[in-house]
Amino acid sequence: MGDHVTEIVIFTFLFLLVSAMGFFAARWRSPDDMAHLDEWGLGGRSFGGWITWFLIGGDLYTAYTFVAVPALIFGAGATGFFAVPYTVIIYPLVFLVLIRLWSVSHRHGFVTPADFVRTRFGSPTLALIVAITGIVATMPYIALQLVGIEAVLKTMGVTGESALARHLPIIIAFAILAAYTYQSGLRAPALIAFVKDTLIYIVILVAILYVPYKLGGWGSIFDAADAKFKGTPATTDGLLLNANNQIYYISLALGSALALFLYPHSITGVLASRNRDVIKRNMSALPAYSLLLGLIALLGFMAIKSGVKPLPGATQGTVDGNTVVPLLFDQQFPDWFAGIAYAAIGIGALVPAAIMSIAAANLFTRNIYKEYLKRDASPQQEAGVSKITSLVVKLGALAFVVFVNPQYAIDLQLIGGVIILQTLPSVALGLYTRWFHRGALIAGWLAGMALGMWMLYEIPNAASKRAHFGGSAFPLSKFGFDTRWTIYVGLVSVAVNLLVAVLLTLILRAARVPEGIDGTTPDDYFADEGDPRVQPIAATVPGQAAAEEDRRRTTA
Amino acid sequence: MSDYEADRPDVTGTRPDAGAKAKDASPWNWLLFVPIVVPLLTPLFNHVAPRLWGFPRFYWLQLAFIILGVGTTTLVYQMTKKRG
Repeated sequence: MGDHVTEIVIFTFLFLLVSAMGFFAARWRSPDDMAHLDEWGLGGRSFGGWITWFLIGGDLYTAYTFVAVPALIFGAGATGFFAVPYTVIIYPLVFLVLIRLWSVSHRHGFVTPADFVRTRFGSPTLALIVAITGIVATMPYIALQLVGIEAVLKTMGVTGESALARHLPIIIAFAILAAYTYQSGLRAPALIAFVKDTLIYIVILVAILYVPYKLGGWGSIFDAADAKFKGTPATTDGLLLNANNQIYYISLALGSALALFLYPHSITGVLASRNRDVIKRNMSALPAYSLLLGLIALLGFMAIKSGVKPLPGATQGTVDGNTVVPLLFDQQFPDWFAGIAYAAIGIGALVPAAIMSIAAANLFTRNIYKEYLKRDASPQQEAGVSKITSLVVKLGALAFVVFVNPQYAIDLQLIGGVIILQTLPSVALGLYTRWFHRGALIAGWLAGMALGMWMLYEIPNAASKRAHFGGSAFPLSKFGFDTRWTIYVGLVSVAVNLLVAVLLTLILRAARVPEGIDGTTPDDYFADEGDPRVQPIAATVPGQAAAEEDRRRTTA
Repeated sequence: MSDYEADRPDVTGTRPDAGAKAKDASPWNWLLFVPIVVPLLTPLFNHVAPRLWGFPRFYWLQLAFIILGVGTTTLVYQMTKKRG
């Protein structure tokens, strides 16, 4: 690792700096009592529009953007560009949905999507399913962040031969992350997000201006990519889409867009907004990020032009495509700037990993622990359980890294998407209609999840020759169609989920099975800042909301 | 579930009986379908020519859809914003 000393020193310095900030964050905006879920998990509900914007931006622009998408572009070309239509269609798609969610949550004091489902459909079982789905779906997404950090460390030569040595640096990095998340809760990523975004903007601007200039302009970069894809025997790559992967491309963009705001961590960011207008404004402003995302994606082509050879993968004969962007930086930047760029990627992976694990932990505490295990839990116990759960979720993410080894890291996020999409009928459609029967929603979830898991199981990894869980592009020929088209598993499974839910709703209604009580009224979906709440929650006193909740639950 | 029921009468008095739909519905909202549908029409952009600053159409046109998205959502936001 001799020739990477400068990079390692700068990376380590910045990493330790933000870690120190992470521990210090516990004192930021001095909470009265950190041993409380409201403080630990929601930053005292005191974040304004700007911090919320950073938090939501942080959810979107992660190792996914910096490592996984360029790696897919490098390996497969045009297909990887689906991230651009994905991040374009998502905002108009959720524009009207999220403000309804915000309103009904504001009125009832909901913190998680499971809270909403419980009240809307009068079904603790459905709420439990939504909570578990959210927690499990978050794990592969966190795993993707781990993979991103690992790619950087590997490029700097911080790796080893044995399985333990290979994963040791990342385990240490994650232990530090876990420690300060445990200590400071949501305040840690919120504070670090500022450093992260500053570093990332600097690196992006330099990368998309300086690297193409050094490589001889955009035209020659695309030409080099075209030449590479024409020279490979594979039929799924190319500078453009071909007849076989257009459906996959469309289904990926649409499926990813439908999935994103069902994740617990995205919803946390939205619910922290001050009012409906803030959300609408953010939905108009956030796409500005998409432009950067598109240009970062093209780093994959720059790596082709630059002649980057990815480092070897975990198994014999495979390559680790995730290392292409770090290697490109290593080739094109002076050592000191490469060190900064690596720190940006590493920290850019840590922040969302922290937010995701906190959101998943909140879900567990509110909708599983308090609902089923200990109804009279004190606020201290709640916060304690959340802290421990955030550790467990990170361990789950590590398990995904070890056991699910897709050809492209992006498939970790896409597998998470397959899982979380199964909550679409009850959460997203539930915001619009109470037509579905709660029993039918549960059955639809079962059908969609079973089909999704089977389809994922059936997909082989073309690179490592493993037969199962190798990606998210399902060949339609396995359904018996005479075609080479592939489709994103998530979109198929959620369609089946919906179909089952519709059919069973008709049947259950005909059989007059009780439908449960809808705890919301149509007006709740339009409530805005200043409108009365069902529960008199004083937002000015941090912690009181949860205290109200405790009182209500224990007396109910 | 019954805990929420108990709270219901607290707020019914403060609610208008009608007009809930009118608060949110607007013909402008239909415009949102444009930036949802257009970026998914692959035949529109799955071509190399014409190139723009070296970018094949596939790449520059999809990046241009970002402007379409921002423009549409901003327009809808401005047109449906509460006045006063």
